[in-house]
Amino acid sequence: MIPQRVKQEDERLARERAKLARDGPKLKGAKLEARLERTWRRPPGILGWLATVDHKEIGRRYIVTALIFLALGGALAAVMRLQLAVPDNNLVGAQRYNELFTMHGSTMMFLFAVPVMEGVAVFIIPLMLGTRSTAFPRLNAFSYYMYVFGGLLLWGAFALNIGPDVGWFAYTPLSGPQFSPGKRADVWAQMITFTEVSALAAAVVLVCTILKTRAPGMTLARMPLFAWAMLVVAVMIIFSMPAVALCSSMLISDRLIGTNFYNAYEHGDALLWQHLFWFFGHPEVYIIFLPATGFVSVITETFCRRPIFAYPVVVLALISTGILAFGLWVHHMFATGLPRVGYSFYTSASMTVAIPTALQIFCWLATMWDGRPRLQVPMLYVIGFIVIFVIGGLTGVIIASVPLDLELHDTYFIVAHFHYVLIGGAVFPLLGILTYWFPKITGRMMSETLGKIGFWMLFLGFQLAFFPMHFAGLLGMPRRVYTYPAGLGLELPNLLSTVGAFVVASAVVLFVINGLFSLYRGTIAPQNPWGATSLEWATASPPPPYNFAHIPVVESRTPLWDAKGELPVVTGLRVDEKEILLTTVVAAAPDLREPVPEPSLWPLIAAIAVGVLFVSSIFSPWAVVFGAIPAAIATAAWFWPKELKRHPEPVIS
Amino acid sequence: MSIQHYQSIFGNAATETRQFNTLFVIFLVVCAIMYLAVIAFLILGLVRRRRSDAANTVEEGRHHDSNPRMQAGLIGWAAVVGTGLVALAIASFVADRSMAVAAAHEKLSITVTANQWWWDVQYNAADNSKMVRTANEIHLPVGVPVHIYLKSNDVIHSFWVPSLAGKQDLIPGRENDITITPRKLGIYRGQCAEFCGAEHAKMALVVDVDSYSDFIKWWRHQLEEAAPPATPLAKAGYAFVTSRNCGACHAIAGTPASGTVGPDLTHLASRRTLAASMPMGEGNLYGWVADPQSIKPGTRMPTIGLEPDQLHAVVAYLETLK
Amino acid sequence: MSSPWRVSLVAIGLAALALAGCNREERHSRSKPIGETVPAGTSPDTIWPGGTVAQTADPRARLYDNNAPAIAAGQQLYTQMNCVGCHSHGGGGMGPALMDDQWRYGGRIDQIATTIAEGRPNGMPSWRSKLTEDQIWKLAAYVRSLSGQPSKDAVASRAESMSSTTPQTLTPREPAHTSDTAAQ
Repeated sequence: MIPQRVKQEDERLARERAKLARDGPKLKGAKLEARLERTWRRPPGILGWLATVDHKEIGRRYIVTALIFLALGGALAAVMRLQLAVPDNNLVGAQRYNELFTMHGSTMMFLFAVPVMEGVAVFIIPLMLGTRSTAFPRLNAFSYYMYVFGGLLLWGAFALNIGPDVGWFAYTPLSGPQFSPGKRADVWAQMITFTEVSALAAAVVLVCTILKTRAPGMTLARMPLFAWAMLVVAVMIIFSMPAVALCSSMLISDRLIGTNFYNAYEHGDALLWQHLFWFFGHPEVYIIFLPATGFVSVITETFCRRPIFAYPVVVLALISTGILAFGLWVHHMFATGLPRVGYSFYTSASMTVAIPTALQIFCWLATMWDGRPRLQVPMLYVIGFIVIFVIGGLTGVIIASVPLDLELHDTYFIVAHFHYVLIGGAVFPLLGILTYWFPKITGRMMSETLGKIGFWMLFLGFQLAFFPMHFAGLLGMPRRVYTYPAGLGLELPNLLSTVGAFVVASAVVLFVINGLFSLYRGTIAPQNPWGATSLEWATASPPPPYNFAHIPVVESRTPLWDAKGELPVVTGLRVDEKEILLTTVVAAAPDLREPVPEPSLWPLIAAIAVGVLFVSSIFSPWAVVFGAIPAAIATAAWFWPKELKRHPEPVIS
Repeated sequence: MSIQHYQSIFGNAATETRQFNTLFVIFLVVCAIMYLAVIAFLILGLVRRRRSDAANTVEEGRHHDSNPRMQAGLIGWAAVVGTGLVALAIASFVADRSMAVAAAHEKLSITVTANQWWWDVQYNAADNSKMVRTANEIHLPVGVPVHIYLKSNDVIHSFWVPSLAGKQDLIPGRENDITITPRKLGIYRGQCAEFCGAEHAKMALVVDVDSYSDFIKWWRHQLEEAAPPATPLAKAGYAFVTSRNCGACHAIAGTPASGTVGPDLTHLASRRTLAASMPMGEGNLYGWVADPQSIKPGTRMPTIGLEPDQLHAVVAYLETLK
Repeated sequence: MSSPWRVSLVAIGLAALALAGCNREERHSRSKPIGETVPAGTSPDTIWPGGTVAQTADPRARLYDNNAPAIAAGQQLYTQMNCVGCHSHGGGGMGPALMDDQWRYGGRIDQIATTIAEGRPNGMPSWRSKLTEDQIWKLAAYVRSLSGQPSKDAVASRAESMSSTTPQTLTPREPAHTSDTAAQ
């Protein structure tokens, strides 16, 4: 029996619920937009800026911060190339050079490549999926702050002349307590902890957003390929990052309190580090590459004026690449003396992973064949990607073979290989997609002329910088050397690489100038300047804080191209409280209305507390105990339910 | 003396690298064919003439259609790529196995222990009086398979002489090994190929492949003790070297100096390189003994701060250690 | 102060901080020539007649005492020069223990360096002619870490070898008592 009092309360709440304002057939147009704007905009001022949970703001911050780190890492590379321009050079000493390449690799891999992909995804995925917010927006904010603090830790240490000098993968026992005295290697290991926590948080946000917040009708089979790529990448992050967190924490433990994880003389193993690191490290490079394949799919689709050929094949290629990537890591360890028969398995696996990528490439090329390609700047970057990345992939097939790798491992041939796949395979699509989504992010178009000049400078400069490195490796130049002797034939390849490096640097500077110039003087962008088909182009450029006035309904893989006239929409979400529509995982049938949290400073405060915990645990093990207290308090405050009285509908404050 | 340093992977001077070259060419050819196929497809897709209504684009309302032969193309492409990769994997495996088979029947055994940043080379022998210890240099007889045991005293290094064989890591706590069968006379240079700290770039080694009789001559000479000094300057140098700092770390057979921390100096002056990075010569000896920290900062050998006459004496003595 | 001044002062302060580096991490690979470890006329311990406790700290103490690369180099030298033969890994044997709080000849770094350079009665050899001053001071820095004297962020927790002591980052700090308590 329900008590009378409760029944009356229920009826009162039901009456109140009926009076709530919702976006709907009656409330639409400018009036709706004004009310949504009021609800969804964040508080003004510095505190509001710090407390934001708007995925577009967080995504922009990620991208800007990552591009700053790209510039910093590139500056280091320029100094390295100057040192290597001539043999027996003394521009930079051995110790400083070792710090330079450690910082260059760590910055590019941990502070640029993965965060920029996350940032672009965080910005565009909710728009592409037709929703108003990511899942867990405060976790999203926390992830950005953890990333920034990790970057500040690493670069702050470098500026204070205590930067790491053990290489970006810090093999033990060189990075162990005896051979890396001081705190340099601890700073590196703790930076890993920051960026890994950040990446895990962003991955959780992306998985939940992609699986639960898609527009009604956007079944998994109709989801844009970029969203598929980010789904696979986010799952890969969740499975791979813990390995690197574990090995870096074990390294800190060895260095801080004398455990013996990597001490061969006390039944530890120096190779344990390599296994754990590369179990993360190999999926890491696919975590960087797969979003770029998503970019390529997006650009190719728009600029060839048709959807990608064989969509199911591309999806299966993404998924199988993601799975296979976890079975390759020993190809980084072919020289360590592990059993030879085991190596053959990794050779085969490394070659197998080329097959899904080769199929993706076929599908893109088939799309170009079938469509009518428009050679604007983003498409140029896609073509550059194909030309460069495939070379890198094929040199990868070469070094997958054990006898060949035993000669080529740890030489400049490998440096050439990974720059071809990382710059060709990730940076080219990234610059293309930044040009493509620049109007959506900022409301203005980038300059097409400057873009074309920048593309050609980058393409030709890249070839000049990195193609000769194949020869340097074949002539016997190992990696991570601060100088080389004259008389081995290494002078010419190194000089060419140095010249090319500066051309590449100029191209990147030109891209940034183009971006800054266009930000203030670029042509104002219409809603859909490229005539594209996915949902982010169904709203203004830049989008209002609430993304869409009404949640769109999707009936095909190419919604904007197939909608006759206006897009169909669903109505009924509240306008005076923030909420999004959750849909079912596979069929995207409307399921629940989920309240969205208000802007909050607790993610920042929690990030500061956790950051203090991590940084002070570099110096003392007690920090783990005492630092956990503020972190626990901040997290508890973050999750504390605000009010217990019954609302007509639940809210999250 | 003028030295030919030869560090190319295509040096083709041993059985192991001969197979490398063949395999590399096979891979290069297959990969080049695949690359050209991709580029041809790309270019054709971009430049082919399309009749004004022929493309399957959204403007023409046919964006959901595709060329009927494209699916067959996809399957064909997958088959070609798959077959190519399988062929390459089999070629790689066959080459690997044949290199391993060739690595049987070793006649000579060497232990190389890597330190930061020099190579400790020891020729193993059943009888201790026949063991030769030297540093940063290996002499090998042509045509004889040699088994090299690889150990490390500190961090991970990598033994790599490109013209002779692929690399193998030296990992503390593990004993790895590599077999080399040199086939061409000559001098080959190698370098440490795993980042091992500050002076990783200056950890080279030289492999001298001699005829069998020359090798035996060299080996017999290495077994001899250091000749006593003849000139007064060399005698003064001998006095300093055996009674002061040098003997704490270095060993010279036939003298009281018997430290094992640093390289063996018994036949220092007959080696081709000094400090794993410089050609052997009087000037370099002066520079190294006077101030090793300015040549290889961070190296374990300290700058002793010799007086000029001490320096002259020490170098004069070291030059007698042929 | 007006706002531009304050901003530039902060910037200068940060730049100075940045250029200062950190003494813990400084690598000193160049050493001074062998010579007197101790200036003639004063001995930093009170065992020998005429000895006084040095009024000013030896300037080299600052370079080596809490310097992580120096302590790490000292750790390697300790094994390579066979200090283990008499002192074990700090527990002592033929020679006195180095990880306790008893220092016959003083536990300051310059006093330990003098001990190593000069030798001492009852078996401590003189290393002055065998090791450079730089090496001796590095050994002295490491010896101090066996009793937990340096700050814990400068010591290495363990060596890459069989475990023989408590990890030095967890070694409790022993007070450095000299035999002559009046002097300290």
